[in-house]
Amino acid sequence: MTTDTTQTAETAPANRNSRANMFRWLTLAGGLATTASTFLAWTYTDEFPGDLTVYGYPGGLQVLTLVAGLLTTLYALAALDIKGLRWLAPTGTTKALRLLALGALGTTWFTVIAIAVELGGMVNLEPGGFVAAVASAIPVAAAFQLPDDTRKAKRPKELPSWAEILIIVAAFAIGLFVVTYGIDTEYAELFTGYMITAGFAIAALFKAGLMARLSALTTKYRSIAVAAAFVAAAAFPFTQNTDQFTLIAVNILIFATVALGLNIVVGLAGLLDLGYVAFLGVGAYTAALVSGTTASAFDVQFPFWASVLTGGVVSLIFGVVIGAPTLRLRGDYLAIVTLGFGEIFRITVGNLDGVSGPQVTNGPNGVPNVPDLVFFGYDFGESHTIAGIELGSYANYYLLMLLAMILVVLVFSRAGSSRIGRAWVAIREDETAATAMGINGFRVKLIAFALGATLAGLAGTVQAHVQSTVVPEMYVFAGPVPPNSAFLLAAVILGGMGTISGPLIGATLLYMIPAKLQFLQDYQLLGFGIALILLMRFRPEGLIANRRAQLEYHETDQLDVPDKGLTDSGVGITKAGA
Amino acid sequence: MNDMTTTTENTVENTTETPAVLDASGVTMRFGGLTAVRSVDLKVHAGEIVGLIGPNGAGKTTFFNCLTGLYVPTEGKVSYKGTVLPPKPHLVTQAGIARTFQNIRLFANMTVLENVLVGRHTRTKEGLWSALLRGPGFKKAEAASHKRAMELLEFIGLEHKADHLARNLPYGEQRKLEIARALASDPGLLLLDEPTAGMNPQETRVTEELIFAIRDQGIAVLVIEHDMRFIFNLCDRVACLVQGEKLVEGTPSVVQGDERVVAAYLGTPFEGAPGAEEAAEVEAAEEAQGTTSKTSTTSTTSPEGETP
Ligand SMILES: Nc1ncnc2c1ncn2[C@@H]1O[C@H](COP(=O)(O)OP(=O)(O)OP(=O)(O)O)[C@@H](O)[C@H]1O
Ligand SMILES: [Mg+2]
Repeated sequence: MTTDTTQTAETAPANRNSRANMFRWLTLAGGLATTASTFLAWTYTDEFPGDLTVYGYPGGLQVLTLVAGLLTTLYALAALDIKGLRWLAPTGTTKALRLLALGALGTTWFTVIAIAVELGGMVNLEPGGFVAAVASAIPVAAAFQLPDDTRKAKRPKELPSWAEILIIVAAFAIGLFVVTYGIDTEYAELFTGYMITAGFAIAALFKAGLMARLSALTTKYRSIAVAAAFVAAAAFPFTQNTDQFTLIAVNILIFATVALGLNIVVGLAGLLDLGYVAFLGVGAYTAALVSGTTASAFDVQFPFWASVLTGGVVSLIFGVVIGAPTLRLRGDYLAIVTLGFGEIFRITVGNLDGVSGPQVTNGPNGVPNVPDLVFFGYDFGESHTIAGIELGSYANYYLLMLLAMILVVLVFSRAGSSRIGRAWVAIREDETAATAMGINGFRVKLIAFALGATLAGLAGTVQAHVQSTVVPEMYVFAGPVPPNSAFLLAAVILGGMGTISGPLIGATLLYMIPAKLQFLQDYQLLGFGIALILLMRFRPEGLIANRRAQLEYHETDQLDVPDKGLTDSGVGITKAGA
Repeated sequence: MNDMTTTTENTVENTTETPAVLDASGVTMRFGGLTAVRSVDLKVHAGEIVGLIGPNGAGKTTFFNCLTGLYVPTEGKVSYKGTVLPPKPHLVTQAGIARTFQNIRLFANMTVLENVLVGRHTRTKEGLWSALLRGPGFKKAEAASHKRAMELLEFIGLEHKADHLARNLPYGEQRKLEIARALASDPGLLLLDEPTAGMNPQETRVTEELIFAIRDQGIAVLVIEHDMRFIFNLCDRVACLVQGEKLVEGTPSVVQGDERVVAAYLGTPFEGAPGAEEAAEVEAAEEAQGTTSKTSTTSTTSPEGETP
């Protein structure tokens, strides 16, 4: 009797195990088949961008399917407990496998459907296309039959520190490559496929616990990680042959920097600023007017450092003038006043044209011909050859803007983890309790508001030179082109309030999506509205949860969280990207 | 010579009667037609634990809010160690009065340690510039704040939870953390608004000892509480507030024995009060109508919680 029961008790899990293993093998087979299918031709004509007609050589969207298929294969192998692959999934393979399989399926089916729709019918598909569609469905079907093997990560094996540093460097190199690939996508279909693949793959790496391990490493070697992030970000222009995508990168940097400044105001101090882009405009107009352009009403030409200071100071003054009367009040007044200020700024500079008002800004025509910067004879408007690689003029601005962003990152992290930063968060959490703890609410809020305004103004001074023309319509509340106040706020909320990497990622996404998917134009705002609603429903803390929100979800391992958690690991990756 | 005399006079004055830590005189708070606090005088001396009791809605919390500047009292003035306090919460805390709240008001999404560090705000100076430049002075001040905060957490026994979010603490520990946060501002007077509300008897005893320990550090304590055993155990002096007015003040035994206090809590039968039979009848009728029954004669119930 007893032996009988033990036997059945033993055979049941064994059965279950063999069943699970069968599905793992099936996933593996599906992953391999998907990978192989990218070497077939998917369509007859080269009318579909990317040339998917060649046998034996994946091109365009096939490359993305290839990557997703390879990752699926790799994780299926890890799920089969192949020696040497366990490090891929410290917290379990199943969920990662499901996400990767979905990514492969999504990319493949998107491609196949896009071919059929754009070229007018299924007849345009080669058998290879059907093979890919079927092959990519196999791992999904199999992976969802797998038992959940989510587990707590074991203590990682001790590696020599040179190896750990090498991992960090490799991770940032991969990050740079992935982001560069995204910025360099030539056509909308490729970008969509890229978003699908990258989205699922990154989510899978998070689920597998690989990202957590990486972030543990970056906190261990903080200064090296920061340096690696900086180098990766600075390396971007060196990967570009033309200025086309560098301009996109510069604009992303401007957008991200301003979003990060807004995050001080919104994320830390909890002040809803709906007219933040106006401070960017104040900085840009100030810089443009003192830049020596013939269109300026002032016949002066400040050196760049002086115009940066002027722009910052003028923005600061505006910030104080707007903030001082409204920050004494509670709640929504600030939102209304800042919204009003944003519009007043835009309309006022539109009217200072010599007709409706004094001639200062040329009204709707703006201030054109802002000259390029010149530092000690180094002309930003010209190409330079550095280390044998020719850098276009936007590369100069890219590097300058990168410095500006590093400044803002530094301000954010230092202010955030100090007495004043704690006071901001306390005010945000409970203003009554904060004042009862001795915090002068008005003063502290005004500092946050004015600091935010100043940082935006600084970014504006660079923006004026990058765009070389400053017009009022660049500083609207909501419009199709970021940065505008609504998009800035969306970048902060989407990315994660109170974090550094959050707004950087949010800004990158919010800039790239409209820039790459031009056909969305009309539906863009609708799309973002829906996306934000979904986000608020399913991930209210944003893509990147800040340390406090993280604590909420990972109550047990919170003692591992270092004190300077405000700069979490994601920052490097984003910096590299942005 | 003249100078000499004045100094001696001053010292004489100081030794004979030190100014009370807290001296509230004639504090009145009106909300429109409602007088929540009516010309209340109260003194708290150094080294004292004073209790403030009274039925729900008596105005105890409102009185606290007047003391700490959350409300500007309609009349009356509050002075701390001889100086009149401006009705601004942060200045009151700066002067040396710290408080806790009846319905816990921690910074829920900050860690336990950060909560206490926020309490240090008035006792540190580092502004934005020093935070950005991070000179040696900043690091020193920050380290000192951390050290003091950890000491306070050890004092209340929460040092092992320094990195937890305040919201995730159990109720009793949240109350204690609020006390630690208040103590972080190095106060001379601590105001506690129902520090044991919602605690079990054992936690209440621990809190009692905690308050004694705070007093032994030379901090005067003014405490609101409904738990009579707790209050009469703890306090050197007790004042009873009823409908905004101070009814009695004295040693616990005096207040405990005072008939008016008992009446204020339990209600006095008045003439023509309905008999038990009639009351039951009314109750049954009201229940049938689905309304909540209120047969108590003098009970003054107020909405739950405070509204500072
Ligand atoms: N901001 C306000 N506006 C109007 N009325 C108020 C306000 N704050 C308090 N009150 C009223 O003042 C009275 C006293 O309230 P208070 O909260 O001070 O009572 P309490 O003695 O603390 O009672 P409890 O023991 O229930 O805490 C109540 O009737 C209350 O409704
Ligand atoms: Mg009360």
